[in-house]
Amino acid sequence: MKRENTLMLTDLAEDPATQEGRRDSPAPVPPAEIPKIDFGERVWRLRVGAHGPSIVIRARPALTGAAAVLAIAALAVAGMSMGSFVLSPSEVLQALLGQGTAKTELVVISWRLPRVLMAIVIGGALGISGAIFQSLTRNPLGSPDIIGFNVGAYTGALVSMLLLGGGFVSTTIGSFAGGLVTAAVVYLLAFKRGIQGFRLIIVGIGISAMLGSINTWLIIKADLHLAMMAAIWGSGTLNTAGWERAVPLLLIAVLMVPALMLLSRPLQGLEMGDDAAAAQGISTEPAKLWLLVIGVCLTAICTAAAGPIAFVALAAPQIARRMTGSGRVSMLSAGVFGALLLLASDLIAQHALAPVQMPVGVVTVSLGGMYLVWLLFREAKRS
Amino acid sequence: MPSTPTVSETASPAEKTGQAAAPGLMRVNSRRIAGAVAALALLAVVLTASLLLGSREVNPMSIIEALTGQGSTPDHAAIIDFRAPRTLAGLLVGIALGISGALIQALTRNPLADPGILGVNSGAAFAVVMGVAFFGAREMGEFVFYSFAGALMAVSVVYFLGSRGRSGGTPIKLTLAGIAFGAVLSGITQGFILLDESTFNAMRFWGAGSLAATPGDALGWLSGCVAAGVVISLLVSRSLNATSLGDDQAAAMGASLGRTRVLVVIAVTLLCGAATAAAGPIGFIGLMVPHVARWITGPDQRWILLYTILLAPSLLVGADIVGRLVIRPDELQVGIVTAFIGAPVLIWLVRRKSASTL
Repeated sequence: MKRENTLMLTDLAEDPATQEGRRDSPAPVPPAEIPKIDFGERVWRLRVGAHGPSIVIRARPALTGAAAVLAIAALAVAGMSMGSFVLSPSEVLQALLGQGTAKTELVVISWRLPRVLMAIVIGGALGISGAIFQSLTRNPLGSPDIIGFNVGAYTGALVSMLLLGGGFVSTTIGSFAGGLVTAAVVYLLAFKRGIQGFRLIIVGIGISAMLGSINTWLIIKADLHLAMMAAIWGSGTLNTAGWERAVPLLLIAVLMVPALMLLSRPLQGLEMGDDAAAAQGISTEPAKLWLLVIGVCLTAICTAAAGPIAFVALAAPQIARRMTGSGRVSMLSAGVFGALLLLASDLIAQHALAPVQMPVGVVTVSLGGMYLVWLLFREAKRS
Repeated sequence: MPSTPTVSETASPAEKTGQAAAPGLMRVNSRRIAGAVAALALLAVVLTASLLLGSREVNPMSIIEALTGQGSTPDHAAIIDFRAPRTLAGLLVGIALGISGALIQALTRNPLADPGILGVNSGAAFAVVMGVAFFGAREMGEFVFYSFAGALMAVSVVYFLGSRGRSGGTPIKLTLAGIAFGAVLSGITQGFILLDESTFNAMRFWGAGSLAATPGDALGWLSGCVAAGVVISLLVSRSLNATSLGDDQAAAMGASLGRTRVLVVIAVTLLCGAATAAAGPIGFIGLMVPHVARWITGPDQRWILLYTILLAPSLLVGADIVGRLVIRPDELQVGIVTAFIGAPVLIWLVRRKSASTL
């Protein structure tokens, strides 16, 4: 399936007629008017009108991104057809189009669709926030975890679950508040004439350790059954997914899109260093603060919805960078590969040890770690 | 202090150019000596306090009576049966964690490195969970065996992974291999913990890190491992000074990088494996104390090691005392207290100094 798609896209790239069809403007531009720039790789140029603004689309990222999107679609259909009540892919598609039987529509739309959507949106958001944090800290190991976010959100949720005996809503609020307060504290403690990546990491490690020990204490003191429920949430799980969780998540995710588009350019500037960014006319400190706020909000909504899922934010930008053959971490491709990673992990978590359902965070940690191990092997071979 | 004349001779030009880390003769000055004496006194005070303080108030005189084998009041029994083994465990575990932290930071040239980086904690936790889940381990004494085996396994794999390729075990590769393999192990561990309620229950107490649970018969092999680890670390301290200048410089100065790395990994496994086996995962001692030591002494690894040997157990035993006192008659696990002492110090350090000199 994947090979077929790649072939199709390659044809599209080579056929000038098809390429013409992809342009926003139907008016063909005479080749002589376009200055030839060697980008060192194959690119496509999209132009509005004969002399309008144009953007350059690099071929490899576009193709791998498209392949990843198709893989997400395929996994989504697979996810909706697997389970104790097995459906064929065509039954799934019929149900999605509202043409299935009442039973298949119940299974697909009420039960399985929200989970698949949540996996895609949370994975995407985690991937994007990972790209933001890795660019801000200019460290491939930088991830939202380092600013203490995950641990803080877990503390908030534990306090709400174990001390206040709260349900879903108060746990969500607790984790949201815990994460944001932690991030704010870490940011303020790391601030000293600006934010510097290394200092942010160390302060993050320190605060995480303190909160982590509070969490351990809460877990030790709590009633066993409650403590175990809290620990399952704490490793990140989609087992409780449903529309009542998916709808607010989707709404917030849509609301964040414009902010992400606005911040995409400052992010790429900052990746080249503060001075280079300032030379491009980016005011670095406000840009960093906004990026941090958006990154934290993205992680916050994910954690509130499904618990602190580890490693997606760390691995997705790195996987995207290698798959797209690109030197920099782009938010879009990190988001796409984050979604793919979490969706695939959730399928494994649901079905690998069926009927036992594992928290998806357990799978992402194992997969992400193995990916890093593999990466090391490859780089070792090269050197 | 072991020394070979060749190394110090080749090192002397570097010393002339003002390289503070040059492995020449151990620079002795009054400030360092005075500091070491003060640290030794601090350790003595903390160890005494550990015998004296706790949920039961004892008369200071009874410590001497109890340790010399006289008297049989409940006070004496509390000291001999509970506080003395616990204090000794704190001393040994503190030394082990501190030195392994100093060694790993020197080897990986990474100021953030701590024993957890080489996968020791995740390996130990993994093996303990396997023991609980498959072999019915429930007692602390049984955990010790699994935890040691797990630490050994993890460090071996991390070292193997990190030293593949032509350039051998470079600092960054070791760090990444440790993080990556540690993550895999902890993911699997977490999965097993959450599948079974009784495993979860056994692990949630072990995972906090406590000196109270150290079995008395563990002290024998714990002290053996710590002694061996300390000896190895003193042997490599001179070469570590050379490696801190970078791989090329170190090779030019005649330091054997491969041998140093292997010895450090062996020492860390012994020290940290034994400490984790005896007390569970305890954070921050290995990360923080070498920083404090380096801040007092400068970059000479031999001074850092000496100060670490004195300061790390003071901190750990001190944290243990605090844990005993803050919520009397209940206890706060020492691993929880160390995070609360260690984190603010770390944050203060990073705010105070520029990152590069950490």
